[in-house]
Amino acid sequence: MNLNFFFINLKNKKRLIPQVLTLLFIALGISYFAFNAQVNMGNRGISFGYGFLSQEASFDIGFSLIDYDGSHTYARAFLVGLLNTLLVSSIGILIATLIGVTVGIGRLSSNYLVAKFSEVYVEVFRNIPLLLQLFFWYFAALRALPLPEQAINFNDISYLTVKGWYVPKFLWTNFSIFIYSILASIVAIIFVSKYARKQREEFGKHISSFYIGMSLLFLIPSLSFLIGGVTLNFEIPVLKQMSTTIFNFHGGVSIIPELLSLAMALSMYTATFIAENVRAGILGIGKGQKEAAASIGLTKAQILKLVVLPQALRIIIPPTTNQYLNLTKNSSLAAAIAYPDLVLVFAGTALMQTGRAIEIVSITMGTYLLISLSISSFMNWYNKSVAIKEK
Amino acid sequence: MNLNILKPNKENLSTYLMLGIGLLSVGFIDIFSNTFFNFNITKIFPGIISYLSPLLLGAFGLHFIRIEYSGNKTLDTINKNLNSSNFNAILSLIVIFILIKYLPPLLNWAFFDANFLGNSKEECTGDGACWVFVKVWFNRFMYGMYPDAEQWRINFSFLLLIGSIGSIFILPLKFKKYIILFLLFIFPIIALNIISGGMFGLKWIETGAWGGLSLTFIVSAFALIFCFPIGVFLALGRRSDLPAIKYSSIGFIELWRGVPLITVLFMSAVMFPMFLPDGTYMDKLMRVIIAITLFEAAYMAEVVRGGLQALPRGQYDAAKSLGMGYWRMHFLIILPQALKLVIPGIANTFLALVKDTPLIFVVGLLELAGMIGLAKTNPDWLGMATEGYVFAAFVFWIICFAMSRYSQNLERKLSTDR
Repeated sequence: MNLNFFFINLKNKKRLIPQVLTLLFIALGISYFAFNAQVNMGNRGISFGYGFLSQEASFDIGFSLIDYDGSHTYARAFLVGLLNTLLVSSIGILIATLIGVTVGIGRLSSNYLVAKFSEVYVEVFRNIPLLLQLFFWYFAALRALPLPEQAINFNDISYLTVKGWYVPKFLWTNFSIFIYSILASIVAIIFVSKYARKQREEFGKHISSFYIGMSLLFLIPSLSFLIGGVTLNFEIPVLKQMSTTIFNFHGGVSIIPELLSLAMALSMYTATFIAENVRAGILGIGKGQKEAAASIGLTKAQILKLVVLPQALRIIIPPTTNQYLNLTKNSSLAAAIAYPDLVLVFAGTALMQTGRAIEIVSITMGTYLLISLSISSFMNWYNKSVAIKEK
Repeated sequence: MNLNILKPNKENLSTYLMLGIGLLSVGFIDIFSNTFFNFNITKIFPGIISYLSPLLLGAFGLHFIRIEYSGNKTLDTINKNLNSSNFNAILSLIVIFILIKYLPPLLNWAFFDANFLGNSKEECTGDGACWVFVKVWFNRFMYGMYPDAEQWRINFSFLLLIGSIGSIFILPLKFKKYIILFLLFIFPIIALNIISGGMFGLKWIETGAWGGLSLTFIVSAFALIFCFPIGVFLALGRRSDLPAIKYSSIGFIELWRGVPLITVLFMSAVMFPMFLPDGTYMDKLMRVIIAITLFEAAYMAEVVRGGLQALPRGQYDAAKSLGMGYWRMHFLIILPQALKLVIPGIANTFLALVKDTPLIFVVGLLELAGMIGLAKTNPDWLGMATEGYVFAAFVFWIICFAMSRYSQNLERKLSTDR
């Protein structure tokens, strides 16, 4: 046994005391709060525990991706909220990336008008608090839309009204076969690109894996329609008269205005930051790189694909991931306009009904923490895999 | 004369110019008549062509005037900046057409058709914005429910803050330390006492009455003052080589950075009171400021850590070789340099803080956005949401834009120092 462990010398003491004090302070703080919480809950006659999750929730949620009504449990309500949060975040991330990349490239355009337009967009939307933008879209812009009977018509298949955006519903049969066919084509593409790379590296033969991959991605799913028994029909929303003055659309999918304005505000706000990242990434590549690539005879498209983008992405991706995380966290502003996301459903309604503040707030915060940590650890892994490997 | 339609050249400059400008002007006349006189001059064509006609005409026109080194300076500038290729030409046209189509209605709404005079909604007769709403409610938007007669107290506190920050730049360097100490320790106490009252014969005004834009400033100023030292200590903790301190700092920072502010505010509103001894009550505003302070301290810690990491090792070694201990080394050598490096980052954190303050509506405190939400539901002022939010957006935009420009300037100035 190592006796030195017990005889702490002076140097170790200097290291040990602050650590012990810190831990002691944290432990004391936590136990003080826990003690108070216990006394408070005892006074109110509630006991700590997560058992309430299996009780009946008995409240309705206006918008749900899965089957839900008041008779389901709190756990199910939590899942509904979580899915709604993930839905609006993924829509937001998609649109924000599209706008952000376009605007970011636009700011570097040689076209004066396009560059200025992009700059004004970035400066305006970046410097207005997200909550105000959300309020603007929800209370001002979308409220100005027409009633269902005068809906804005997109080619008779989709209608935009004050009650939401009605789009055709996809009616699938044998949907799972379609998904399998897409998975199969992805596997095939990976196989083809590996084979092509091997051919190129070993024999110097060039196989255009891009076109083969594209045609595979198109061919295999279409085969599933022809012989796999997959069919796709659309249910188009139709205007129906409910009473003499009230009209509404039936059929199709209704995208509620809350979701619409939240996705809009989140994506337009986050796009400004993504645009700045894209701009910084492209500017961060030295002119010499492009000139060197041109001097060995690469075409303009090849320079972009083989020299500029791989290096720019390395600069762009880390801060952009951060923005994706921010967008996901900011989607909690949904509570302000009553879009039933995790915060509103769980930390709002469920909390109000059960009064279990500690359990519910800790679950909500824990969920966001889990999302953040998993995305950031995935991105750290990705970053490591694309980082420059110096030999 | 030999006109090459595909490749306009310099020889027939005037012919190409006439052709190009002619086509361009037809395109512009088309879009003007469409926008302002509701008359479509190209309606003889089928729908989609008629719809795209200004774009097509303009694109052909710009194609004809795209002549390299024409010798005409204006033409060359236009070609270089707006018309370097067909793609760029179409982009320029789209931007110009969007401006023609949407800028005039916007200006009409905001200025020319807007109402500025009057005191009630009935006096808003035009089609444009009803700025009377903002005018009537202006005081509420700025000060919330704070009594009119006492508003000088808020103004005085802000003048004191601005004055003492300004004096940092004016007074000689040796006073700087005292002013910063005053700002960090004495000013918050003075300001809090003046604004909330209860002392020096000032009337007590409970925090529930505070609101409007001044509340935004109060929350962000206090949160900034408090989050800065906490952030510095957390950053030092995260870089410490003592495992217990390092990992508790990392845990604290990542915990706050991983959750949205709104859940933190929820926590301060519903969960925090459970953790206090039974019967104690902590003011709502105080809880909010504590919550925002801890939240922003985590972000501040990461900013400061960036500065600490950017310092070369030699600085640490030099300080140690002079026999300095940990605290003397950090406070005299490391932090002054590291903080200078991250001033832009600190400014950005503060910017984010100001933009986050409207969130305090979740606990029922009404700053600017919240006051507008309240005013627009007033029965006398229904339907004024657009005006209110546009006003708030404008106010926040001015504040945030000025701050971001300032931090960009600092960045430029500091980066040339090295």
